[in-house]
Amino acid sequence: MSERRQGQQQRGFFGRGPAHGLAMPVEKPKDFKGTVKRLAGYVKPRRHLLVIVLLMAALGTAFNIVSPKIMGLATTSLFDSFNSGSRVDFAYIRQILIALGGLYLLSSLFHYAQQYIMAAVAQHTVYDLREDVNAKLARLPLKYFDGHSHGDILSRVTNDVDTISATLQQSIIQLITAAVMLVGILVMMLIISPLLTLAASVVIPLSFLVTRSVATRSQKYFARQQKVLGELNGHVEEMFTGHILVKAYGREKESLQQFQEINEKLYDTGWKAQFISGTIMPLMMFINNLGYVLVSVCGGILVTRGAISIGDVQAFIQYAKQFSQPISQTANIFNILQATVASAERVFELLDESEEIPDTHGAEIRNSRGEVRFDRVRFGYKEGEVLMENLNIEVSAGQTVAIVGPTGAGKTTLVNLLMRFYDVDGGKITVDGIDIRHLKRESLRSIFGMVLQDTWLFHGTIRENIAYGRPGATLEQIIRAARAAHADHFIRTLPGGYDTVLDEEASNISQGQKQLLTIARAILADPAILILDEATSNVDSRTELLIQKAMQRLMKGRTSFVIAHRLSTIRDADLILVMHKGAIVEKGTHRELLERGGFYAELYTSQFAGRNSA
Amino acid sequence: MRKLLHFLKPYALAAAGALLFMFLQTLSELFLPTLLADIVDTGIVNGDTGYILRVGGIMLVVALGGTLCIIGGNYLSAKVASGFGRDLRRSLFARVESFSLQEFNRFGTASLITRSTNDINQVQMFLLMFMRMMVTSPLMLIGGIIMALSRDVELSKTIVVAIPLLAAAVTFIALKALPLFKEMQLKLDRLNLVLREYLTGIRVIRAFNRTGHEKRRYNQANLDLTATAVRVNRIIAALLPVMMFSLNITTVAIIWYGSRRIDSGQMMVGDLMAFLQYVMLILFSLIMVSMLFVIIPRASVSVARINQVLDTVPEIKDPPQPRPAGRPGGRVEFREVTFTYPGAEKPALSGISFSAGPGEVTAIIGGTGSGKSTLANLMLRFYDVDSGAILVDGVDVREMSQGELRQKIGYVPQKSFLFSGSVASNIRFGHRGASDEEVRRAAEAAQAADFIAGLAGGYEAEIAQGGVNVSGGQKQRLAIARALVRRPEIYIFDDSFSALDFKTDARVRAALKEETAGSTVFIIAQRVGTVMDADRIIVLDGGTICGIGTHRELLESCAVYREIVLSQLSEEEIA
Repeated sequence: MSERRQGQQQRGFFGRGPAHGLAMPVEKPKDFKGTVKRLAGYVKPRRHLLVIVLLMAALGTAFNIVSPKIMGLATTSLFDSFNSGSRVDFAYIRQILIALGGLYLLSSLFHYAQQYIMAAVAQHTVYDLREDVNAKLARLPLKYFDGHSHGDILSRVTNDVDTISATLQQSIIQLITAAVMLVGILVMMLIISPLLTLAASVVIPLSFLVTRSVATRSQKYFARQQKVLGELNGHVEEMFTGHILVKAYGREKESLQQFQEINEKLYDTGWKAQFISGTIMPLMMFINNLGYVLVSVCGGILVTRGAISIGDVQAFIQYAKQFSQPISQTANIFNILQATVASAERVFELLDESEEIPDTHGAEIRNSRGEVRFDRVRFGYKEGEVLMENLNIEVSAGQTVAIVGPTGAGKTTLVNLLMRFYDVDGGKITVDGIDIRHLKRESLRSIFGMVLQDTWLFHGTIRENIAYGRPGATLEQIIRAARAAHADHFIRTLPGGYDTVLDEEASNISQGQKQLLTIARAILADPAILILDEATSNVDSRTELLIQKAMQRLMKGRTSFVIAHRLSTIRDADLILVMHKGAIVEKGTHRELLERGGFYAELYTSQFAGRNSA
Repeated sequence: MRKLLHFLKPYALAAAGALLFMFLQTLSELFLPTLLADIVDTGIVNGDTGYILRVGGIMLVVALGGTLCIIGGNYLSAKVASGFGRDLRRSLFARVESFSLQEFNRFGTASLITRSTNDINQVQMFLLMFMRMMVTSPLMLIGGIIMALSRDVELSKTIVVAIPLLAAAVTFIALKALPLFKEMQLKLDRLNLVLREYLTGIRVIRAFNRTGHEKRRYNQANLDLTATAVRVNRIIAALLPVMMFSLNITTVAIIWYGSRRIDSGQMMVGDLMAFLQYVMLILFSLIMVSMLFVIIPRASVSVARINQVLDTVPEIKDPPQPRPAGRPGGRVEFREVTFTYPGAEKPALSGISFSAGPGEVTAIIGGTGSGKSTLANLMLRFYDVDSGAILVDGVDVREMSQGELRQKIGYVPQKSFLFSGSVASNIRFGHRGASDEEVRRAAEAAQAADFIAGLAGGYEAEIAQGGVNVSGGQKQRLAIARALVRRPEIYIFDDSFSALDFKTDARVRAALKEETAGSTVFIIAQRVGTVMDADRIIVLDGGTICGIGTHRELLESCAVYREIVLSQLSEEEIA
């Protein structure tokens, strides 16, 4: 995915370079027509404006096309009076120039107005698209987010949408302008002189041929360059991320050598790509000049024979010079359009993902007692893969359930099911006797509170972060929650206190402090049932003690599911669920499980066997 | 820019050639309108077809020559820019590889990656554009003016009016638009931030029923961005029309004044036609030159970022005459070591003294920020001590070569990191020449053999970049195997068992006991269970040693240790 991105041109002040679109390889969309139709649907609400823009573009271009011909009239008049030795007809020339000035002014105004209107059309269209994505994200099931990398989703929502925006802003007008110009110029040239037109058009097939062949080769080299560049970036990223190891194991030389190999390859493909893509423009220019000379010579001869006026030749030269412009532009725009449609396709793909089943029964639980039952639950993430089969668990109000097992045993699966991030495949889960699928998701989730190891805090103040689970909480309530979570003290030592803004990665507070904040958040939300993760890695022992105390306080009087790492928690739990390879392999109390002598017993003794002898 | 110029030195000749070609091409471009004027003024006026054909032929030759020049120029400039980029990239990469942690962390991994990839590409592209366009445009500008003057001095006054007008218009728009462009980038970043937070926090957001809130947040950022984007594009909308109008109206003026000159017999029609083309060349190159002001600041940011890295000299260097370390052994001694991180107020370690020898296991425990990992970093000489000394086999580490020192050490860092390649190549990272048998043995001791056997391809199974296709615990075991295969005299395990479950942790440690029997072993840990059996436990608190001894001794003597133990084990487990 990232390699594709690197190929994207930087958008800058002057928009996209003209010849670049040709030189770069282009991604082909799968269903061009359908996607364009759908994209057009987004522009539809603004179609009136679009029609106006297109009309103006056509008119403005038409003005541009007539002006050389009119200017030619002035030249002819000058030439005639010069040749005949008479005085210049200033009145006539003034007339022509005023008309010309008027045309230029109008065409510039039109041009400005188009772009001005198009800015709103393009941006508002893209706004709608983003909002659709926004609404869609809220309806997508967790499965989608678990199955796609953040980078992939981000790139669809930002880069792809951005491509669409740029194309709407620039390329549509360009396409119309180019088309009108192509036809208009051809007509004008034919009007002036079919013979000269023939001379000028000799170069057109040549121009096509050259562009085609050079562009294909250039695209090949660019693709290769992109690939090597990806390789190089990968190596750099890897070596820098593992810098400490490279140093510790004295591998600097090898790393540099490997880098140099890729670097050399990059140089080799790089200069070729740059060179070949760089020849497109000069070759086109030469072909242009070829036409220019041809027209100059033929025109000159025709003038001497009196078959054509000098002003017309001048106009014709200008036409001939402009003629290749729309041709190469059109090719370029088609490439851009293809890339855009491919981008749109990716955005639509996201919009077409299947959604969460909407809440059908709208039951609500107001004051939950916190009784949870798993009744013959069957579940697997993928079809045909069963992780849990006929699972029965009964948890009464206020009980503690400890979930134990090796890392990666799938302890989050239980969280996923309880919170209805995923739905069970068979059987049912009930809270206070009600099937959770009959509850509104919102109502179900408000019963639960979560404190996970992966502490999620957002870019905002500490106060906002604690109040996240209870919008509208007063400062007093927030402080009370923070105090209960043993977080109040450290918050007050921060420069901004409760108004300290956590930066993007929340790197201005420690891991343990983050955990305390998430506990405070859960305390403030005051849920009937808790889901806790005891794992506290990278936390110093004093903060760990605080976290432990805060968690104990939080658990008091609530039904709790604890992903347990402490023996004390495990032993005091009312029920232990032992997980292994994604499934619950044993359940029971500490005593029962030890007596059974199964997986849990083995786990327990292996951990504490060495300790007894110490 | 100046500092980077010496990277261009090897290419000075090629670069000069490129510029020469570009210069010749400019001349050819300027020559064509003159020839056209000749066709009109001599050929057409006299009705001399032969002359027209002759001059036409010359025009063709000139055009062809110009094209060949530009292609030659492109060839050279592509080679120069790519070569420059390659050399710069190599120097930068080599410099970063020479960095010790001190310099490395000053920049940060992410920043160094961008600097060595993106920033260099930017500069390389800039150089290419500079050679291709930025040089020809001013040439064209000056050449055009000279040619225009040579045609008609009087008429050239129109240019004097047109150029500043055009320049002013473009500058005005650019000045208004550029800050808005920056603003737009910020808003785009903001939108991305909101989205990224949404993606990472999806479970929490849904659990707290805050989807609506997040939707509003995104909508706000979206609205904000859209408003700015519309504004930017509306200002930019004026750019092209203004430029075109200036060009066109100049043409009109030239024809008007030119017709007067023709009327008074001071100018010929062909001259006027040529003159018009010159003015167009002049104004177009002016527009190109104005692009400089957009591109130069962007490139100069990259140049500055690259220079910062190149200007940074690693502080830790090998001594001119390194002392060979004593007999193989692995004895480590800290003598009154004090160390402060650059910019920190308090020392990370102070007054640390202890010694450890082969066959002993030394555990280091303490809270976050107590200085455990710093201790490891100093042993590896990633940093130099402020005072005191660290001796390995009786030699101060500062007097040894870094290579020899690190050759003695098998280090397992806190964050296990794997390189792309095979499982075997990752283990061999610790010891280049390890035989298959040695690799297997290390994997077995690290309890990694079982899961490796389960991988498709076994030891030859591919590890993806960043090791994303193996779990945290598996990564950690491979990292341990990597250290074991080195058969070093000193082992440093920096919190290396944290991702292992209890069972595997216990098995790994049991196996390690055998494997590392003759070596000096350091285990940095958070879990009391991991350190309890060590020969010596060093308890760190706030950068100082607050206790050294065995588990039992420390339970009695060290309050900090007792506190740590109590937080992890229940009363009966302690005994």
